[in-house]
Amino acid sequence: MHMADALVTPAVAGTMYVLSTGAAAVSVKKVREENDPKKIPVMGVMGAFVFATQMLNFTIPGTGSSGHLCGGMMLSAMLGPFAGFLTMIGVLLVQCLLFADGGLLALGCNIWNMAFYGCFIGSLLIWKPIMKKGASRGKIIAASVIGCILTLQLGAFSVTLETLLSGVTELPFSVFVATMQPIHLAIGLVEGLITAAVLVFVHEARPELLWGIGSDSLEKVNEGKLSYKKTIIALAVAALICGGGISLAASAFPDGLEWSMEKVAGTSELEAEGSAYETAANIQDTTALLPDYAFKNSESVAGTSFSGIVGSLVVVAVAVGACYAFRFFKKKA
Amino acid sequence: MNSIERNLNELNKIQNLQQRSHWMNDLHPMGKLLLGVVYILTVVSFGKYELVPIIMMAVYPIFGFIVGELSFREGIYRMRLILPLILFVGILNPFFDRDVVLRIGNLSVTGGMLSMLTLMLKGFFSVLSAYILIATTSIDDICYALRTIHIPKVIVIVIMLIYRYFGVMGNEADRISTAYRLRAPRQNGINYKAWGTLVGQWLLRSMDRANIVYESMLLRGFKGDFFVHKKGVRKTDIIYVAFWLLLFAAIAFGRRFM
Repeated sequence: MHMADALVTPAVAGTMYVLSTGAAAVSVKKVREENDPKKIPVMGVMGAFVFATQMLNFTIPGTGSSGHLCGGMMLSAMLGPFAGFLTMIGVLLVQCLLFADGGLLALGCNIWNMAFYGCFIGSLLIWKPIMKKGASRGKIIAASVIGCILTLQLGAFSVTLETLLSGVTELPFSVFVATMQPIHLAIGLVEGLITAAVLVFVHEARPELLWGIGSDSLEKVNEGKLSYKKTIIALAVAALICGGGISLAASAFPDGLEWSMEKVAGTSELEAEGSAYETAANIQDTTALLPDYAFKNSESVAGTSFSGIVGSLVVVAVAVGACYAFRFFKKKA
Repeated sequence: MNSIERNLNELNKIQNLQQRSHWMNDLHPMGKLLLGVVYILTVVSFGKYELVPIIMMAVYPIFGFIVGELSFREGIYRMRLILPLILFVGILNPFFDRDVVLRIGNLSVTGGMLSMLTLMLKGFFSVLSAYILIATTSIDDICYALRTIHIPKVIVIVIMLIYRYFGVMGNEADRISTAYRLRAPRQNGINYKAWGTLVGQWLLRSMDRANIVYESMLLRGFKGDFFVHKKGVRKTDIIYVAFWLLLFAAIAFGRRFM
């Protein structure tokens, strides 16, 4: 689900950087307030652990494919939302630089789509309330699965919005959403189950390592009221029903915004007439950093552009020659 | 070769590139980081039909790969992770945007074909420029540049630790995976019955290792920050960055005349 640089415009990337920086600033403040120097090495080693674990393949029963661990949910369950968020930033930056998974410009988007939802939503809105009165095997499975599904759904939806707002695709909103959401529903379910299995083990072996669980949970370690298999089956059925429902709704109502506009205004295209609109359009044309794509339907421009393309290819060829010459003389010097 | 071995090999190759003796490796990390970010920013700011300036922007990766003596094959190989999403986003453009925007002889080029091509090129160039950055700049130097622009030290230290321990954890993952495969030869991945115990045990060991790491850091005099040598800015650093920034600006502002 890593966004690439090519999929975002500077405006969208900048906005997401601002949002992610805000969340990072709050997290840095909270981690500093905790004043626990021991936590920093734990964050580093846990980040490397999650990074390495994501390379392990986990067999999905009944299918030939395999899944991976959910990093955000795992880190926030072990380190808390703030330290988990900062660790995820580190993981995403190293992933982007070392393995080109993501991009430098899209890093703000990726931090938001994966770290923010995974650590803040998954931890504060799902993990913490469920674990409020102590942890049990069933609660951990429920929190992990619900958390992973929800955070992945939110992340996938954000990817769709960021790509569409950047205007790089001609895909209609409905098609994009109807493709992204069900895929990530299945991924979320599998990642949730893998994360749950690991966290259940940690809870049974060293419950004090888990973040945000009630104090009485230490005595309830072996009192799991819901069996492992039953919970997995129940959650899988629920997820399939939800997924099926969402997909059907998505295809029945292709575009919610257009549909609601048509109901309200009688048309899905709003006409804007009047001097105010014209003035606003003129101001927009003059001040726009990226002007309209004049290329389209403009034969003369298209003709010039063809020669432009040929010219640019010549420039590239010259650049290749110049670079080899530069290397040759640099080595000789 | 499994995916873990592949990733570890890639990491080793990058580390070898970072440690070689080359004038591009000696350039100031702040300048290289700035150039990488400005380059990507410029490339993605071009419109979806603006093929000409995007092609012109190829001069930077061409320079980086030829003069920097990097392998184009490695650069293209790094596209594999982001390519599926870019393909999914761009592959249907020719079907939705069928307006002819360019004629080359009898061949009609539609807006969708052009926007798909520019999208691919943008993705390709941004990956190549990030590779030029990481192949000539160590993570320690990038962290130094991040500290220079006042990124909080807690984030920078965590990045350094993740990078340092990724190799260790990666090797451990490789050993676990190999040991598991030897005991379960015809299995694609780890069976669901072992999900919790196998990774859970490893997680607990990692937490214990984190405590040992912390103790050794304290023994070596760690007081909440890493000591870094201040790097001076040379004339070459300024000329290199200024040249490329001017060239990017010339392509960006001169595109109206192309």
